[in-house]
Amino acid sequence: MSIAHGQSLKRTPLHGLHVSLGAKMVEFAGYDMPVQYKDGVLKEHLWTREKAGLFDVSHMGQAAIVADTHDAVAAALETLVPGEMLKLGVGRQRYTVLLNDKGGILDDLMVSRPAHDGRLNIVVNAACKDRDYEILEEKLPRGAKLERFDERALLALQGPKASAVLSKLAPEAGAMKFMDFAGMKIGGIDAVVSRSGYTGEDGFEISVWADDAAKLAELLLADAYVAPIGLGARDSLRLEAGLCLYGHDLNEDTSPIEGNIAFACGKRRLAEGGFPGAARIQREAAEGPKRVRVGISPEGRAPAREGVEILSAHEEKIGEITSGGFGPSVNAPVSMGYVSFAESKTGTPLQLIVRGKKLPATVADMPFAPHRYFRG
Amino acid sequence: MTTKYTKDHEWVRVEGGVAIVGITAHAAEQLGDVVFVELPAKGKSFAQHAEMAVVESVKAASDVYAPISGEIVEVNQSIVDEPAKVNEDPTGEAWFVKIKPADRSEIDALMDEAAYKQLTEN
Repeated sequence: MSIAHGQSLKRTPLHGLHVSLGAKMVEFAGYDMPVQYKDGVLKEHLWTREKAGLFDVSHMGQAAIVADTHDAVAAALETLVPGEMLKLGVGRQRYTVLLNDKGGILDDLMVSRPAHDGRLNIVVNAACKDRDYEILEEKLPRGAKLERFDERALLALQGPKASAVLSKLAPEAGAMKFMDFAGMKIGGIDAVVSRSGYTGEDGFEISVWADDAAKLAELLLADAYVAPIGLGARDSLRLEAGLCLYGHDLNEDTSPIEGNIAFACGKRRLAEGGFPGAARIQREAAEGPKRVRVGISPEGRAPAREGVEILSAHEEKIGEITSGGFGPSVNAPVSMGYVSFAESKTGTPLQLIVRGKKLPATVADMPFAPHRYFRG
Repeated sequence: MTTKYTKDHEWVRVEGGVAIVGITAHAAEQLGDVVFVELPAKGKSFAQHAEMAVVESVKAASDVYAPISGEIVEVNQSIVDEPAKVNEDPTGEAWFVKIKPADRSEIDALMDEAAYKQLTEN
């Protein structure tokens, strides 16, 4: 239970606010981040599902790919990702993955198209951002370049009250639909907002200049519906929502088809190819992958966490849990992991080896907690 | 009899010749909201420092070690049924097991409250 605390950890622009709010700080991806505040993970999780939680996700990487026109910048990014970028509309956001030559996932990311022609904004994982930027700088075709937004902070406001809260400060926010993307002023602060997040709830991610971050956070926290939420609850919320955590549920060996995130690949892109590892991904999409990420419900109360072995009903090892824990909203343990394609149907009985004992489990539909995105 | 402590954050209190064992308030706070407890079977014997029980919060799983050698004579089923009790009353109602001590000198050698407090404050 001891936690290493190095002096060399990076800090987000909200670090001082976290400390003043009584957060328990831990190292995450090289940053000193709040894992929980005074209420603890369980209450913070439930608060987010009932009201609105404010998360500091400023450690994530924000950048843009820039070229002369939309078609040029979209074509450039499409050489590295399988997502549909050409037809991404102005003011829309899309989830995709950065691929290696074997079709394995180097990172998962959000891509947004701002009004300014010839730009695509991206948000990448904190732990991957340095490598992502190196890859983008090295591999983007001539005419497209990377522009980093290291001086920007990112806040997520998530939960059923998020829209009502943000609309009081920026009326246009309430009119946005899931995966819309727009610039606006929030209480006088210049912000770039997407209606998305990583909890399964309706909500927003708000990008502002680092200097404005604390002011915006305090403005949002002044609303009685809003509480600060740490990375602990962020993890249990995304797990219940069936969303992948890079480095755990996805890695350089897993393809988007194995990862069960085929929606990261555009239909035209899958048909045409022209992205790294296309042959493998096209083959897996057509024939089915050898293994696939599924939801897993352990019977009883014992959580089955990352690294737990998965056996088929015939006692053959067919995979491993990649994320797992206790789901506060479903009030039961929830896990995800990779199983052989043959054993991936919902309801398939499995056995999990938890601390040397075999625990019965079944393949479950995801999400465990229903998505409540605002689609208009 | 006073309460004794281990460096692994268990407490031991002898009442009527039986050692009552639980985890400390400091341990419960560090763990966060407890969502799962696994206790050993009654009648099982453990050597001192052996893994005896498991306690899990939303975030993580932790082993609870036998603070002394001996036989489990009673387990607290109420914390298996309601794991949140471990956060509410870790040193009282939410005891884990009762052990029949194999060697009383093991208990005497454990930390007293002042020594444990010093450990958790450093």
